[in-house]
Amino acid sequence: MAQEVCSLKAQLQEKEREIAALKEKLAQLEKSHNSVQLYDKVTPLTPLRAKAALSNEDIMRYSRQLLLPELGVQGQLNLSKTSVLIVGCGGLGCPLAQYLAAAGIGRLGLLDYDEVELSNLHRQVLHGEENQGMAKALSAANAVNSGSGAFRKSGLFLDRGVAASCGQQLVMFDAQDARFRSIKLRPKQAGCVVCGENPSITQLVDYEAFCGAAATDKCRKLNLLSRDQRITVQDYKAVIDHAEPHLLLDVRPLVEVDICHLPFSLNIPLSSLEARKSEHIRLLQERISQLKQQMAGDCRPPVYIICKLGNDSQKAVQVLQKMSGSELDVITVKDICGGLMAWANRIDTTFPQY
Amino acid sequence: MAAPIAIHLEFGGGAELLFDGVKEHHVTLPSQSEPWDVKQLLVWIQQNLLKERPELFVQGDSVRPGILVLINDADWELMGELDYQLQDQDNVVFISTLHGG
Repeated sequence: MAQEVCSLKAQLQEKEREIAALKEKLAQLEKSHNSVQLYDKVTPLTPLRAKAALSNEDIMRYSRQLLLPELGVQGQLNLSKTSVLIVGCGGLGCPLAQYLAAAGIGRLGLLDYDEVELSNLHRQVLHGEENQGMAKALSAANAVNSGSGAFRKSGLFLDRGVAASCGQQLVMFDAQDARFRSIKLRPKQAGCVVCGENPSITQLVDYEAFCGAAATDKCRKLNLLSRDQRITVQDYKAVIDHAEPHLLLDVRPLVEVDICHLPFSLNIPLSSLEARKSEHIRLLQERISQLKQQMAGDCRPPVYIICKLGNDSQKAVQVLQKMSGSELDVITVKDICGGLMAWANRIDTTFPQY
Repeated sequence: MAAPIAIHLEFGGGAELLFDGVKEHHVTLPSQSEPWDVKQLLVWIQQNLLKERPELFVQGDSVRPGILVLINDADWELMGELDYQLQDQDNVVFISTLHGG
Protein backbone atom coordinates (compact mmCIF):
# COMPACT_ATOMS: atom_id res chain seq x y z
CA MET A 1 0.00 0.00 0.00
CA ALA A 2 2.65 2.51 1.15
CA GLN A 3 4.74 1.53 -1.87
CA GLU A 4 1.83 2.18 -4.25
CA VAL A 5 1.23 5.65 -2.75
CA CYS A 6 4.92 6.50 -3.19
CA SER A 7 4.91 5.36 -6.78
CA LEU A 8 1.78 7.33 -7.64
CA LYS A 9 3.25 10.46 -6.00
CA ALA A 10 6.41 10.10 -8.05
CA GLN A 11 4.42 9.65 -11.27
CA LEU A 12 2.34 12.70 -10.46
CA GLN A 13 5.44 14.83 -9.88
CA GLU A 14 6.86 13.66 -13.19
CA LYS A 15 3.64 14.65 -15.04
CA GLU A 16 3.59 18.05 -13.33
CA ARG A 17 7.15 18.70 -14.55
CA GLU A 18 6.06 17.75 -18.08
CA ILE A 19 3.07 20.12 -17.92
CA ALA A 20 5.27 22.99 -16.72
CA ALA A 21 7.74 22.36 -19.54
CA LEU A 22 4.94 22.27 -22.14
CA LYS A 23 3.42 25.49 -20.78
CA GLU A 24 6.74 27.28 -21.04
CA LYS A 25 7.30 26.02 -24.56
CA LEU A 26 3.81 27.22 -25.58
CA ALA A 27 4.33 30.65 -23.99
CA GLN A 28 7.63 31.09 -25.82
CA LEU A 29 6.12 30.07 -29.13
CA GLU A 30 3.19 32.43 -28.65
CA LYS A 31 5.55 35.24 -27.72
CA SER A 32 7.74 34.82 -30.79
CA HIS A 33 4.79 34.47 -33.17
CA ASN A 34 2.71 37.30 -31.84
CA SER A 35 3.79 40.78 -32.81
CA VAL A 36 0.62 42.23 -31.35
CA GLN A 37 1.09 44.35 -28.29
CA LEU A 38 -1.31 46.29 -26.11
CA TYR A 39 -0.24 49.80 -25.16
CA ASP A 40 -1.93 51.96 -22.57
CA LYS A 41 0.12 55.08 -23.34
CA VAL A 42 1.44 56.82 -26.42
CA THR A 43 4.63 54.92 -27.28
CA PRO A 44 7.07 55.81 -30.08
CA LEU A 45 7.46 52.96 -32.57
CA THR A 46 10.31 52.22 -34.92
CA PRO A 47 9.83 54.09 -38.22
CA LEU A 48 8.06 52.13 -40.92
CA ARG A 49 10.22 51.47 -43.99
CA ALA A 50 8.87 50.91 -47.47
CA LYS A 51 9.51 47.54 -49.06
CA ALA A 52 12.17 47.82 -51.75
CA ALA A 53 10.34 45.38 -53.99
CA LEU A 54 7.50 42.89 -53.96
CA SER A 55 8.34 39.25 -53.27
CA ASN A 56 6.90 36.47 -55.41
CA GLU A 57 4.44 35.70 -52.64
CA ASP A 58 3.41 39.39 -52.48
CA ILE A 59 2.87 39.37 -56.23
CA MET A 60 0.55 36.36 -56.04
CA ARG A 61 -1.24 37.57 -52.92
CA TYR A 62 -1.94 41.09 -54.25
CA SER A 63 -2.17 40.11 -57.95
CA ARG A 64 -5.81 41.08 -58.37
CA GLN A 65 -5.25 44.61 -57.11
CA LEU A 66 -1.81 44.94 -58.75
CA LEU A 67 -3.61 44.58 -62.09
CA LEU A 68 -5.57 47.77 -61.47
CA PRO A 69 -3.77 50.67 -63.16
CA GLU A 70 -4.94 52.99 -60.36
CA LEU A 71 -2.95 50.92 -57.85
CA GLY A 72 -0.20 48.94 -59.59
CA VAL A 73 3.15 47.95 -58.09
CA GLN A 74 3.95 51.49 -56.96
CA GLY A 75 0.62 51.74 -55.18
CA GLN A 76 1.25 48.44 -53.41
CA LEU A 77 4.70 49.63 -52.29
CA ASN A 78 3.15 52.89 -51.09
CA LEU A 79 0.64 50.90 -49.04
CA SER A 80 3.51 49.01 -47.41
CA LYS A 81 4.94 52.24 -46.01
CA THR A 82 1.61 53.62 -44.89
CA SER A 83 0.39 53.58 -41.30
CA VAL A 84 -3.28 53.88 -40.41
CA LEU A 85 -4.72 54.48 -36.96
CA ILE A 86 -8.24 53.13 -36.61
CA VAL A 87 -10.14 54.88 -33.85
CA GLY A 88 -12.82 52.52 -32.55
CA CYS A 89 -12.69 48.75 -33.11
CA GLY A 90 -16.45 48.32 -33.44
CA GLY A 91 -18.91 47.79 -36.26
CA LEU A 92 -16.92 49.92 -38.71
CA GLY A 93 -13.42 49.59 -37.27
CA CYS A 94 -13.50 45.78 -37.52
CA PRO A 95 -14.14 45.44 -41.27
CA LEU A 96 -11.92 48.44 -41.95
CA ALA A 97 -9.00 46.84 -40.09
CA GLN A 98 -9.65 43.52 -41.79
CA TYR A 99 -9.67 44.98 -45.31
CA LEU A 100 -6.68 47.26 -44.76
CA ALA A 101 -4.64 44.37 -43.34
CA ALA A 102 -5.67 42.09 -46.18
CA ALA A 103 -4.78 44.75 -48.77
CA GLY A 104 -1.22 45.05 -47.42
CA ILE A 105 -1.15 48.17 -45.27
CA GLY A 106 2.27 48.65 -43.63
CA ARG A 107 1.15 49.24 -40.06
CA LEU A 108 -2.20 49.31 -38.33
CA GLY A 109 -2.89 51.05 -35.04
CA LEU A 110 -6.10 50.06 -33.33
CA LEU A 111 -7.60 52.22 -30.61
CA ASP A 112 -10.54 51.44 -28.35
CA TYR A 113 -11.46 52.00 -24.70
CA ASP A 114 -13.84 49.10 -24.44
CA GLU A 115 -13.87 45.34 -23.88
CA VAL A 116 -15.54 42.67 -26.01
CA GLU A 117 -19.08 41.66 -25.03
CA LEU A 118 -21.31 38.92 -26.44
CA SER A 119 -23.76 41.52 -27.79
CA ASN A 120 -20.96 43.01 -29.95
CA LEU A 121 -20.27 39.89 -31.99
CA HIS A 122 -23.08 40.09 -34.56
CA ARG A 123 -21.59 43.23 -36.10
CA GLN A 124 -18.06 43.64 -34.75
CA VAL A 125 -16.91 40.70 -36.76
CA LEU A 126 -13.25 40.47 -35.73
CA HIS A 127 -14.08 39.60 -32.13
CA GLY A 128 -14.76 36.00 -31.17
CA GLU A 129 -16.73 34.38 -28.38
CA GLU A 130 -13.51 33.34 -26.67
CA ASN A 131 -12.39 37.00 -26.48
CA GLN A 132 -15.19 38.27 -24.24
CA GLY A 133 -13.73 40.61 -21.64
CA MET A 134 -10.56 41.19 -23.67
CA ALA A 135 -9.64 44.73 -24.78
CA LYS A 136 -11.30 45.22 -28.19
CA ALA A 137 -8.12 46.70 -29.65
CA LEU A 138 -6.18 43.57 -28.67
CA SER A 139 -8.88 41.20 -29.84
CA ALA A 140 -9.09 42.95 -33.23
CA ALA A 141 -5.30 43.05 -33.53
CA ASN A 142 -5.04 39.33 -32.82
CA ALA A 143 -7.68 38.65 -35.44
CA VAL A 144 -5.95 40.59 -38.22
CA ASN A 145 -2.55 39.61 -36.77
CA SER A 146 -0.47 41.68 -39.10
CA GLY A 147 2.02 43.30 -36.86
CA SER A 148 -0.57 45.72 -35.62
CA GLY A 149 -0.23 47.73 -32.48
CA ALA A 150 -3.27 47.78 -30.23
CA PHE A 151 -4.08 50.77 -28.05
CA ARG A 152 -6.47 51.06 -25.18
CA LYS A 153 -7.35 54.60 -24.30
CA SER A 154 -9.70 57.39 -25.17
CA GLY A 155 -13.04 57.08 -26.89
CA LEU A 156 -14.50 56.20 -30.21
CA PHE A 157 -16.00 58.02 -33.18
CA LEU A 158 -18.18 56.05 -35.54
CA ASP A 159 -20.16 57.06 -38.59
CA ARG A 160 -23.04 54.76 -39.32
CA GLY A 161 -24.17 54.94 -42.89
CA VAL A 162 -21.11 56.88 -43.93
CA ALA A 163 -19.49 54.55 -46.41
CA ALA A 164 -16.49 56.35 -47.86
CA SER A 165 -14.99 59.77 -48.27
CA CYS A 166 -12.46 61.35 -50.56
CA GLY A 167 -11.33 64.95 -50.97
CA GLN A 168 -14.22 67.19 -49.90
CA GLN A 169 -16.70 64.60 -51.09
CA LEU A 170 -18.65 62.22 -48.91
CA VAL A 171 -20.56 59.24 -50.22
CA MET A 172 -23.32 57.97 -47.98
CA PHE A 173 -25.37 54.83 -48.34
CA ASP A 174 -28.73 54.36 -46.69
CA ALA A 175 -29.26 50.60 -46.75
CA GLN A 176 -32.86 50.93 -45.55
CA ASP A 177 -33.81 53.02 -48.59
CA ALA A 178 -31.16 51.47 -50.91
CA ARG A 179 -29.99 54.96 -51.73
CA PHE A 180 -26.59 56.56 -52.28
CA ARG A 181 -25.95 60.22 -51.74
CA SER A 182 -22.88 62.21 -52.68
CA ILE A 183 -22.25 65.32 -50.65
CA LYS A 184 -19.95 68.31 -51.05
CA LEU A 185 -17.92 69.04 -47.91
CA ARG A 186 -16.17 72.23 -46.88
CA PRO A 187 -12.38 72.40 -47.29
CA LYS A 188 -9.96 72.10 -44.39
CA GLN A 189 -10.34 75.03 -42.00
CA ALA A 190 -7.29 77.24 -41.51
CA GLY A 191 -8.41 77.90 -37.93
CA CYS A 192 -8.87 74.26 -36.93
CA VAL A 193 -7.34 73.58 -33.48
CA VAL A 194 -6.11 70.17 -34.62
CA CYS A 195 -5.18 70.43 -38.32
CA GLY A 196 -5.25 74.20 -39.02
CA GLU A 197 -2.34 76.57 -39.61
CA ASN A 198 -1.66 77.20 -35.91
CA PRO A 199 -2.96 74.12 -34.15
CA SER A 200 -3.29 74.41 -30.38
CA ILE A 201 -3.81 70.67 -29.90
CA THR A 202 -0.63 68.92 -30.97
CA GLN A 203 -0.75 65.83 -28.79
CA LEU A 204 -3.37 63.50 -27.41
CA VAL A 205 -5.64 65.23 -24.90
CA ASP A 206 -8.28 63.91 -22.55
CA TYR A 207 -10.97 62.94 -25.03
CA GLU A 208 -13.87 63.19 -22.61
CA ALA A 209 -12.77 66.64 -21.41
CA PHE A 210 -12.26 67.75 -25.04
CA CYS A 211 -15.69 66.60 -26.20
CA GLY A 212 -17.49 67.49 -22.99
CA ALA A 213 -19.13 64.07 -23.18
CA ALA A 214 -18.39 60.64 -21.79
CA ALA A 215 -16.79 58.16 -24.17
CA THR A 216 -19.33 55.49 -23.55
CA ASP A 217 -22.41 54.02 -25.14
CA LYS A 218 -23.41 52.35 -21.91
CA CYS A 219 -26.73 53.25 -20.35
CA ARG A 220 -26.82 55.96 -17.71
CA LYS A 221 -28.67 55.32 -14.46
CA LEU A 222 -31.55 57.66 -13.77
CA ASN A 223 -32.59 58.59 -10.26
CA LEU A 224 -35.99 60.22 -10.45
CA LEU A 225 -37.77 58.69 -7.49
CA SER A 226 -37.39 58.65 -3.74
CA ARG A 227 -36.58 55.38 -1.96
CA ASP A 228 -40.14 54.71 -0.83
CA GLN A 229 -41.29 54.85 -4.46
CA ARG A 230 -39.04 51.95 -5.45
CA ILE A 231 -38.68 48.31 -4.50
CA THR A 232 -35.84 45.89 -5.08
CA VAL A 233 -36.17 42.70 -7.13
CA GLN A 234 -35.83 40.75 -3.87
CA ASP A 235 -38.80 42.62 -2.39
CA TYR A 236 -40.80 42.02 -5.53
CA LYS A 237 -39.95 38.30 -5.34
CA ALA A 238 -41.43 38.32 -1.81
CA VAL A 239 -44.62 39.97 -3.16
CA ILE A 240 -44.98 37.05 -5.60
CA ASP A 241 -44.05 34.41 -3.01
CA HIS A 242 -46.69 35.72 -0.61
CA ALA A 243 -49.25 35.85 -3.45
CA GLU A 244 -49.98 39.49 -2.61
CA PRO A 245 -52.51 40.91 -5.05
CA HIS A 246 -50.84 43.44 -7.34
CA LEU A 247 -50.48 44.48 -10.96
CA LEU A 248 -47.12 44.18 -12.74
CA LEU A 249 -46.84 46.68 -15.57
CA ASP A 250 -44.05 46.23 -18.15
CA VAL A 251 -43.43 49.54 -19.93
CA ARG A 252 -40.92 48.41 -22.57
CA PRO A 253 -41.67 48.65 -26.32
CA LEU A 254 -43.37 45.57 -27.79
CA VAL A 255 -40.25 44.51 -29.70
CA GLU A 256 -38.41 44.08 -26.39
CA VAL A 257 -41.35 42.35 -24.69
CA ASP A 258 -41.23 39.77 -27.50
CA ILE A 259 -37.62 39.00 -26.53
CA CYS A 260 -38.51 38.16 -22.93
CA HIS A 261 -41.04 39.09 -20.26
CA LEU A 262 -42.46 37.91 -16.96
CA PRO A 263 -45.55 35.81 -17.77
CA PHE A 264 -47.97 37.66 -15.48
CA SER A 265 -47.07 41.19 -16.61
CA LEU A 266 -49.29 43.61 -18.49
CA ASN A 267 -47.43 45.41 -21.29
CA ILE A 268 -48.13 49.06 -22.00
CA PRO A 269 -45.16 50.94 -23.47
CA LEU A 270 -44.01 54.11 -21.73
CA SER A 271 -44.66 56.08 -24.93
CA SER A 272 -48.36 55.07 -24.82
CA LEU A 273 -48.64 56.10 -21.19
CA GLU A 274 -46.97 59.44 -21.89
CA ALA A 275 -49.29 60.02 -24.86
CA ARG A 276 -52.28 58.96 -22.67
CA LYS A 277 -53.45 56.53 -25.38
CA SER A 278 -57.09 55.99 -24.50
CA GLU A 279 -57.31 52.25 -25.27
CA HIS A 280 -54.26 51.62 -23.08
CA ILE A 281 -55.53 53.78 -20.22
CA ARG A 282 -58.87 51.94 -20.40
CA LEU A 283 -57.09 48.56 -20.28
CA LEU A 284 -55.04 49.67 -17.30
CA GLN A 285 -58.12 50.94 -15.46
CA GLU A 286 -59.91 47.62 -16.11
CA ARG A 287 -57.05 45.68 -14.57
CA ILE A 288 -56.92 48.04 -11.59
CA SER A 289 -60.68 47.56 -11.05
CA GLN A 290 -60.28 43.77 -11.14
CA LEU A 291 -57.47 44.03 -8.64
CA LYS A 292 -59.60 46.20 -6.35
CA GLN A 293 -62.34 43.58 -6.34
CA GLN A 294 -59.82 40.91 -5.33
CA MET A 295 -58.60 42.99 -2.44
CA ALA A 296 -60.62 43.27 0.71
CA GLY A 297 -61.43 46.63 2.21
CA ASP A 298 -60.62 50.14 1.23
CA CYS A 299 -57.10 50.20 -0.13
CA ARG A 300 -54.90 51.54 -2.89
CA PRO A 301 -54.15 48.69 -5.27
CA PRO A 302 -50.39 48.30 -5.71
CA VAL A 303 -48.98 48.67 -9.24
CA TYR A 304 -45.35 47.66 -9.77
CA ILE A 305 -43.63 48.93 -12.89
CA ILE A 306 -40.79 47.14 -14.60
CA CYS A 307 -38.63 47.80 -17.67
CA LYS A 308 -35.21 46.56 -18.80
CA LEU A 309 -32.85 48.46 -16.48
CA GLY A 310 -35.02 50.58 -14.23
CA ASN A 311 -34.92 53.95 -16.02
CA ASP A 312 -38.16 54.04 -18.03
CA SER A 313 -39.97 52.39 -15.10
CA GLN A 314 -39.20 55.48 -12.99
CA LYS A 315 -40.59 57.78 -15.65
CA ALA A 316 -43.70 55.60 -15.83
CA VAL A 317 -44.16 55.86 -12.04
CA GLN A 318 -44.22 59.64 -12.40
CA VAL A 319 -46.78 59.45 -15.23
CA LEU A 320 -49.04 57.06 -13.32
CA GLN A 321 -48.82 59.09 -10.13
CA LYS A 322 -50.24 62.03 -12.04
CA MET A 323 -53.10 59.84 -13.32
CA SER A 324 -53.81 58.25 -9.94
CA GLY A 325 -57.11 59.59 -8.61
CA SER A 326 -58.05 61.25 -11.89
CA GLU A 327 -57.82 59.17 -15.09
CA LEU A 328 -57.24 56.08 -12.95
CA ASP A 329 -58.47 54.90 -9.54
CA VAL A 330 -56.20 55.85 -6.68
CA ILE A 331 -53.24 53.45 -6.74
CA THR A 332 -49.88 52.92 -5.08
CA VAL A 333 -47.18 52.94 -7.78
CA LYS A 334 -43.61 51.76 -7.36
CA ASP A 335 -40.92 50.79 -9.78
CA ILE A 336 -38.68 47.76 -9.58
CA CYS A 337 -35.04 48.87 -9.21
CA GLY A 338 -32.73 47.59 -11.92
CA GLY A 339 -35.61 46.12 -13.93
CA LEU A 340 -35.64 42.73 -15.63
CA MET A 341 -31.85 42.61 -15.89
CA ALA A 342 -31.59 42.82 -12.09
CA TRP A 343 -34.28 40.11 -11.93
CA ALA A 344 -32.15 37.94 -14.24
CA ASN A 345 -28.98 38.60 -12.22
CA ARG A 346 -30.34 38.18 -8.72
CA ILE A 347 -33.55 36.18 -8.78
CA ASP A 348 -33.89 34.00 -11.86
CA THR A 349 -30.60 33.30 -13.61
CA THR A 350 -32.42 31.42 -16.37
CA PHE A 351 -34.17 34.64 -17.43
CA PRO A 352 -32.65 35.92 -20.72
CA GLN A 353 -30.45 39.03 -20.74
CA TYR A 354 -30.04 41.32 -23.72
CA MET B 1 -43.61 90.22 -45.73
CA ALA B 2 -41.84 87.11 -46.98
CA ALA B 3 -44.17 84.64 -48.67
CA PRO B 4 -44.61 81.11 -47.27
CA ILE B 5 -42.03 78.64 -48.59
CA ALA B 6 -42.26 74.91 -49.22
CA ILE B 7 -39.20 72.90 -48.26
CA HIS B 8 -38.26 69.25 -48.06
CA LEU B 9 -36.78 67.99 -44.78
CA GLU B 10 -35.07 64.66 -44.28
CA PHE B 11 -33.78 62.97 -41.14
CA GLY B 12 -31.43 60.00 -41.26
CA GLY B 13 -28.69 57.99 -39.59
CA GLY B 14 -30.98 57.46 -36.60
CA ALA B 15 -32.14 61.09 -36.25
CA GLU B 16 -35.49 59.99 -37.72
CA LEU B 17 -36.19 58.13 -34.45
CA LEU B 18 -36.79 61.51 -32.82
CA PHE B 19 -39.47 62.15 -35.47
CA ASP B 20 -41.59 59.01 -35.01
CA GLY B 21 -39.36 57.13 -37.47
CA VAL B 22 -40.49 59.33 -40.37
CA LYS B 23 -37.54 60.21 -42.59
CA GLU B 24 -39.09 62.58 -45.12
CA HIS B 25 -41.24 65.59 -44.42
CA HIS B 26 -42.64 68.03 -46.99
CA VAL B 27 -43.45 71.15 -45.05
CA THR B 28 -44.58 74.70 -45.67
CA LEU B 29 -43.10 77.42 -43.52
CA PRO B 30 -45.66 80.20 -42.98
CA SER B 31 -45.16 83.71 -44.18
CA GLN B 32 -43.34 86.01 -41.77
CA SER B 33 -41.87 89.49 -41.77
CA GLU B 34 -38.28 88.38 -42.47
CA PRO B 35 -37.01 85.62 -44.75
CA TRP B 36 -36.65 82.21 -43.04
CA ASP B 37 -33.15 81.20 -42.00
CA VAL B 38 -31.85 77.87 -40.66
CA LYS B 39 -31.79 79.16 -37.08
CA GLN B 40 -35.53 79.86 -37.26
CA LEU B 41 -36.09 76.55 -39.05
CA LEU B 42 -34.57 74.68 -36.09
CA VAL B 43 -37.01 76.38 -33.73
CA TRP B 44 -39.91 75.58 -36.08
CA ILE B 45 -38.83 71.90 -36.28
CA GLN B 46 -38.70 71.69 -32.50
CA GLN B 47 -42.17 73.15 -32.16
CA ASN B 48 -43.83 71.30 -35.02
CA LEU B 49 -42.05 68.04 -35.86
CA LEU B 50 -39.80 66.87 -33.03
CA LYS B 51 -41.51 64.11 -31.04
CA GLU B 52 -39.06 63.29 -28.26
CA ARG B 53 -35.78 63.99 -26.54
CA PRO B 54 -35.01 67.45 -27.97
CA GLU B 55 -31.59 67.33 -26.28
CA LEU B 56 -30.53 64.72 -28.84
CA PHE B 57 -31.32 67.10 -31.70
CA VAL B 58 -30.55 70.63 -30.57
CA GLN B 59 -27.94 72.23 -28.36
CA GLY B 60 -28.38 75.93 -27.64
CA ASP B 61 -29.73 77.48 -30.83
CA SER B 62 -27.84 75.09 -33.13
CA VAL B 63 -27.95 71.37 -33.87
CA ARG B 64 -26.26 68.94 -31.51
CA PRO B 65 -22.64 68.19 -32.45
CA GLY B 66 -22.47 64.95 -34.42
CA ILE B 67 -25.49 65.78 -36.57
CA LEU B 68 -24.47 66.47 -40.14
CA VAL B 69 -26.58 69.17 -41.80
CA LEU B 70 -26.83 69.30 -45.59
CA ILE B 71 -28.48 72.03 -47.60
CA ASN B 72 -29.19 70.97 -51.17
CA ASP B 73 -26.62 68.16 -50.86
CA ALA B 74 -23.82 70.40 -49.58
CA ASP B 75 -22.42 70.60 -46.06
CA TRP B 76 -24.18 73.54 -44.37
CA GLU B 77 -20.77 74.94 -43.44
CA LEU B 78 -20.44 75.84 -47.12
CA MET B 79 -23.79 77.60 -47.06
CA GLY B 80 -23.59 79.88 -44.03
CA GLU B 81 -24.87 77.45 -41.39
CA LEU B 82 -27.53 79.03 -39.12
CA ASP B 83 -27.63 82.24 -41.17
CA TYR B 84 -28.44 80.57 -44.51
CA GLN B 85 -31.64 82.04 -45.92
CA LEU B 86 -34.00 79.29 -47.00
CA GLN B 87 -35.39 79.34 -50.52
CA ASP B 88 -38.59 77.78 -51.78
CA GLN B 89 -38.04 74.06 -52.65
CA ASP B 90 -34.80 73.78 -50.65
CA ASN B 91 -33.80 70.34 -49.43
CA VAL B 92 -32.43 70.21 -45.86
CA VAL B 93 -31.06 66.95 -44.46
CA PHE B 94 -30.07 66.10 -40.87
CA ILE B 95 -27.98 62.98 -40.41
CA SER B 96 -26.87 61.69 -37.05
CA THR B 97 -23.29 60.41 -37.25
CA LEU B 98 -22.64 59.44 -33.63
CA HIS B 99 -23.61 55.97 -32.53
CA GLY B 100 -22.18 53.15 -30.58
CA GLY B 101 -20.54 50.90 -33.15
